[in-house]
Amino acid sequence: MENNDAGLDAVFHALGDPTRRAVVQRLVKGEASVSDLARPFDMGLPAFMKHLGVLEEAGLVSSEKIGRTRTCRIQPETLTAAERWFETQRAFWRGRYDGLDHLLTALKGDEHET
Amino acid sequence: MKPDLRFQFSGDTTTGVLTVRREFAAHRDLVWDCHTKSDLLDQWFAPKPMTTMTKSMDFREGGHWHHAMIDTDGTQYWGRLDYVTITPKTGYTTRDAFTDETGVPDTDMPVSHWRTSFTDTDKGTLVENIIDYGSPEALQTVIDMQMQEGMTTTYEKLDELLSDLTR
Repeated sequence: MENNDAGLDAVFHALGDPTRRAVVQRLVKGEASVSDLARPFDMGLPAFMKHLGVLEEAGLVSSEKIGRTRTCRIQPETLTAAERWFETQRAFWRGRYDGLDHLLTALKGDEHET
Repeated sequence: MKPDLRFQFSGDTTTGVLTVRREFAAHRDLVWDCHTKSDLLDQWFAPKPMTTMTKSMDFREGGHWHHAMIDTDGTQYWGRLDYVTITPKTGYTTRDAFTDETGVPDTDMPVSHWRTSFTDTDKGTLVENIIDYGSPEALQTVIDMQMQEGMTTTYEKLDELLSDLTR
């Protein structure tokens, strides 16, 4: 069984866009209003709200309207403990074996192989 | 995300087994040496920016490799791989335990059993690691304990994941 379910796919889809990634990276630092979040981007508010909608549907971001301000915050628990751990392990092994790849290339260079 | 066809990772929470496969464009003898000689292991076993330090290495059945992975802030993560069976240039099985600097296994942490195999391919060598925590409960214990220490860094982990995706 592969460690993939619909929820995780939605998360990766949501994070597959540079605007949405930038929004998540901003929210990781703390909550922000929609207007503050939208400001750095060169797009209309309706287009920006669509991006926020994708993030909310994936469960990565939640928002709450207080008075006239809508405040967004990150929902990191969307990635379950197991999923986060698997992602950490995946990145760990990938990094480990990328290191071995570089070492093998260097060792082969020493032997004057192509 | 660019799929890396040379690298495959899958995990099964229902059995507690992780499978990691990676193909290398190098001769099997060299890939084997990199996995079994401590001076070579020291150069890659801990992913960057961490470094690896061997305390002792005795590569034979019944022997073990006692090593630390050292983080950029100097934190040392000690572990030992006990070699159970060895078939030269083909594969070995090990027990992987968390230890301290003296090499005494941490009995609170489950031991995982690794089966590492090396096979020739068109392009070089395929390495497969089957890492078995024994049960979903044991795997859950590892996840819980490692996540507990990582709980405060949940945001950083998400950040890492994001930077991994943007690479």
